[in-house]
Amino acid sequence: MSDQGRFNLRHAALGAALLVIVVSVPHFLKFHHQDLLIFLTINVLVVCSYRLVTLTGEWSLIHAVMLGVGAYAATLSHNHLGLEIWFTLPLAGLTGALVAALLCFPLLRMTQFYFLIGSFAAGEAIRLIWVEWVSVFGGTSGLRGVEAPVVWGIDFLDPIPYYYFCLAVVTLCLLILYRIENSRIGLTLHAIHWKAALAESVGVDAWKYRALAFIIGSFFAAIAGGLKIHYLGSVTPNQFTIGFMVFILIWVIVGGYNKFYGPIIGVVVLTIFDESIREFEIVRPAIYGGMLILSILFLPLGLESIPSKFRSWFGAGSTPSEPPLTDR
Amino acid sequence: MSLLEVSSLTKRFGGLLALDDVSLTVEENEIRGLIGPNGAGKSTLFKNIAGFHKPTKGAIAFQGQSIVGQKPHTIAEMGIVRTFQETTLFQELTVFDNALVGTHMTAKTDVFSAILGLDKAVQRRARKKVMEVLDFMGLADRKDQLASELPLGSQRALALSVALVSGPKLMLMDEPFAGMNAEETNHMMDLTRKVRETGVTIVLVEHDMKAVMGLCSYLTVLNFGQVLAEGTPDEVRNNENVIEAYLSGAK
Repeated sequence: MSDQGRFNLRHAALGAALLVIVVSVPHFLKFHHQDLLIFLTINVLVVCSYRLVTLTGEWSLIHAVMLGVGAYAATLSHNHLGLEIWFTLPLAGLTGALVAALLCFPLLRMTQFYFLIGSFAAGEAIRLIWVEWVSVFGGTSGLRGVEAPVVWGIDFLDPIPYYYFCLAVVTLCLLILYRIENSRIGLTLHAIHWKAALAESVGVDAWKYRALAFIIGSFFAAIAGGLKIHYLGSVTPNQFTIGFMVFILIWVIVGGYNKFYGPIIGVVVLTIFDESIREFEIVRPAIYGGMLILSILFLPLGLESIPSKFRSWFGAGSTPSEPPLTDR
Repeated sequence: MSLLEVSSLTKRFGGLLALDDVSLTVEENEIRGLIGPNGAGKSTLFKNIAGFHKPTKGAIAFQGQSIVGQKPHTIAEMGIVRTFQETTLFQELTVFDNALVGTHMTAKTDVFSAILGLDKAVQRRARKKVMEVLDFMGLADRKDQLASELPLGSQRALALSVALVSGPKLMLMDEPFAGMNAEETNHMMDLTRKVRETGVTIVLVEHDMKAVMGLCSYLTVLNFGQVLAEGTPDEVRNNENVIEAYLSGAK
């Protein structure tokens, strides 16, 4: 009992410290870094929503484009319907979910490598629609005019108010994602990942759950896209290329995708690291790439696994064994 | 009406006739043995019944209702649950969570209930049911171990638990005794009898003749995708065709 109590106390202290940091951090930063902080906050939602999709063992390459679906939905509903951000964000999420639901029918006929490539192709098709359908989506130069509102004298285009707004939205979304993962649905998604046939034999409709994970993940990706675009003020197809998708993959893998907080650690650490080597302009990609290779070689379970590694090296009793990465 | 009626079932894989006009009926609450040399079509028959394969021809009726062409999860919902060869488990999940997946049909939930926690009562019932079944199977004190850390005998018992906790009417067990020592086999035989006593009908594919002869009241012998013989263990043991099929390789 006392052990349980101490455990909770430590968590509460950790949570309080975290809260103080995320609330106070923008006040210590320069303007440029405040921008970066907003994008980092949004990217936390991006990686966490992506992780939900990967829980069934299927890795997609369409997640970045789903951000774009949300971004375009937010921009169009703002420009044509005059909706403010409170309404464009849920609308963006629903549009992302709807597009994902439609894509389930062709895409989820495939699994593994084929799904990966299929999702990439579907994403590029959507991007091409944005590029080619100029009258609606504005072509390669995209759309402008979307912005955050002024409420009660607070200009949400200022980085600090907008950061707090993002923080609130992202926290709410993470809470929902966390609840889903730790519910019956999360257990079923894990079960499908490890042995789909066994799950099906006790009545699990694997297709339905793959679709569910894909739709929910896309919903939150699209909300992230909406958040991003209300701050940037304009949307172009080039913001959602495979290049951005690769960053999502790197953040998730380097952070470690076995635990809920792994991808969050990944995106936070890599963003700070990338920013801190900004002065070595020319060799920056080389340093970044080198660190990625090292971390994947020596920490295949991600940065998230460092504490348990330390514990096992310095012998603080037995630690729970880590689940292996791949299906056997 | 029999519980399961398979009539003239044929399954063709390209040029290979895996099942050739197989008919058999399984009565309520029996333990039926399905034996035959390797490649006779036993597992193929299971896969067709459980919906993992679609038969080329023929009919399968469960409680008088046709189940041909249904998806595995639909067939599971009707009450047919299969176990797999070797140790097919969620190796990375704990014993408890393995069995908990088995309660899917009575405890599945929708996204909003999951987020808002509206399914608490349902999940509590599912957990209680899991503990009952793990107790029943003698796995209760291992519930927090990973499935991969269990010895073979316990892994098989867990596989049986996952199937049992889903509340099946008919359980298809695919070689549950393979690779076991005598002690483990005896334990598994006891468990299988206990499962049947709860009212579950069992069809058993098995090579371990001691287990088959000890458990089953009636046997069906398959050879080259056809039913070679049917009868009580004694009748089958003395059947000329069966002796021929099993010994022809050794002659």
